[in-house]
Amino acid sequence: MHVAAPPVVARTRRPGVIIAMAVVLLSSMVAALALGAVSMPVGSVLEVVGRRLGVADADVSLLDDQIVWQLRLPRVLGAAATGAGLALVGAVLQSLTRNDLADPYLLGISGGASVGAVMVIVLGVSVAGITGSAMLTAGAFAGALAALLVVLLLASDRTGALPPARTILAGVAVGQICAAYTAFVVIMSGDSDAARRVLSWTLGSLAGVRWGSAIFLVVVTLVVAVVVMAFASDLDAFAFGESAAGSLGVNVSRLRWLLMVVTALLTACLVSYTGAIGFVGLVVPHIARMLIGVRHHRLLPASALGGATLLVWADTAARSLVSSQEIPVGVVTAAVGAPVFAVLLRKARKRA
Amino acid sequence: MRVDVRAVSWGVGGRRIVDGVSLTCEPGTVTGLLGPNGSGKTSLLHVLSGLRAPAEGAVLVDGRDLHAMDARTRARRVALVEQHASTDLDLSVREVVELGRIPHRGRWPAGAAEGGEAIEAAMRIGRVAELAGRRWQTLSGGERQRAQLARALAQEPATLILDEPTNHLDLGHQLDFMRTVRGLGLTTIAALHDLDLAAAFCDRLVVLNAGRVVAQGPAADVLTSQLVADVYGVTAHVERHHRADRLHVVWER
Repeated sequence: MHVAAPPVVARTRRPGVIIAMAVVLLSSMVAALALGAVSMPVGSVLEVVGRRLGVADADVSLLDDQIVWQLRLPRVLGAAATGAGLALVGAVLQSLTRNDLADPYLLGISGGASVGAVMVIVLGVSVAGITGSAMLTAGAFAGALAALLVVLLLASDRTGALPPARTILAGVAVGQICAAYTAFVVIMSGDSDAARRVLSWTLGSLAGVRWGSAIFLVVVTLVVAVVVMAFASDLDAFAFGESAAGSLGVNVSRLRWLLMVVTALLTACLVSYTGAIGFVGLVVPHIARMLIGVRHHRLLPASALGGATLLVWADTAARSLVSSQEIPVGVVTAAVGAPVFAVLLRKARKRA
Repeated sequence: MRVDVRAVSWGVGGRRIVDGVSLTCEPGTVTGLLGPNGSGKTSLLHVLSGLRAPAEGAVLVDGRDLHAMDARTRARRVALVEQHASTDLDLSVREVVELGRIPHRGRWPAGAAEGGEAIEAAMRIGRVAELAGRRWQTLSGGERQRAQLARALAQEPATLILDEPTNHLDLGHQLDFMRTVRGLGLTTIAALHDLDLAAAFCDRLVVLNAGRVVAQGPAADVLTSQLVADVYGVTAHVERHHRADRLHVVWER
């Protein structure tokens, strides 16, 4: 029987896709600076940014400067960094565990962060005089780290390895405990405003991102991006499972520990500033794989750029769709991302 | 490359799966590893390919301790083909073969094109050159096994470890695969279930039972009615087939 070879799919080698995605991200960020409760022409946006960066000498109004440079830019940078970070972490964890459903919150991080957040929001826990949003961030980060530690302790086996199936189950167990505790505290407090604040924190928001936190988010995401890119080949080696990876010279157990811990720390940083923004880390890597193939030296940058673009637009929608109120950004990512993903899934089925 | 296995033991939770195995593979020879299910063949092969460190004993390749080597160095010397490689990912045959270059690649720049000639050569020898653009999921069992062999060859190893490589193949593909392997001239250790196939293609046979070596040597010395009865619990006659001039195991129902 002669089977005609299907045409060679060049999708995995298509040049310029990454560059195109970077251009799309940059244009999206500029557009996001112009859009909002007060919309302004792109030209004014570029003038403000150009003047601040010292490359243009334009006459801009104080109000425009305030809106673009003080309010919107940190938020847009924070959204881009968070989206890139979440998608990157999702891509790494999906490969490392060979599980399509792996997402950045695999290791119980969002659950742990929620416990920390609820302790600050509802119980008013405060340490060393830190209050308000700084304490919320600190509490969420501490909760995320605690959950991560418990998951790693539960997941590692006698030889100190981290088998993916055990890791996922340990993450589920810790996540459930955290969810139960969070629900218990919220319900028992009887404080409906606190309940609303916890819910909106859980769904994620970039409203609190200022220059300091934006720079922090950009830096941690870039550092982790460099680390995971250094292991792009090692992640490729997991295509046929862990013994195949081992026989290709990858130290499987060490790589799992290193990448799980590094990506979990990044997730904890992101979650503690923005809350648990769903969907980006789960679905963007899949979309990137459909567009660009499975090789990590292209998949990882593509995921990061795609995640950044998605979250920049989702956050712009979250702050401008309904006037005088913010929609939780996690609601937007799911509402916009899910249909896009469904369409791609149909297309992939036709091709297969 | 000469492979010296010296009194290697390996186990889990106090149970010995591989128990004091010693054997030697001369450079360029094909060694067949026989034994019933659960006799420790795969575990031994995982020790030999460096995936598991022996609890006792050592594996020497050209006199160097395999398990003391850096993992990437090891993967440039020893390549493994597993019995049933599977993936959910949408890879082309060429991408599968390119995986074999990972141990040759540096960290930076990530994904730099490297080893193009080795990849082409591996695809040619593995006879998958004409399948280069095909997706892994569309391949037949025989094509997949050839692609995995080509991936192993792209590692440019001196030693090839094959874990029941012909398991899912029809007779024609089995013979085809074993002929290709024989033609490589690499030191090869292959776990096999088919005794006739092992007798026909291997220079030496090593028989495992319950983790121990119960016989080793040329097929004519190793494959006897007594051995088949002892190891597999099957009554059989081992005959030299008059036309093919090969050992042939005829079992009784």
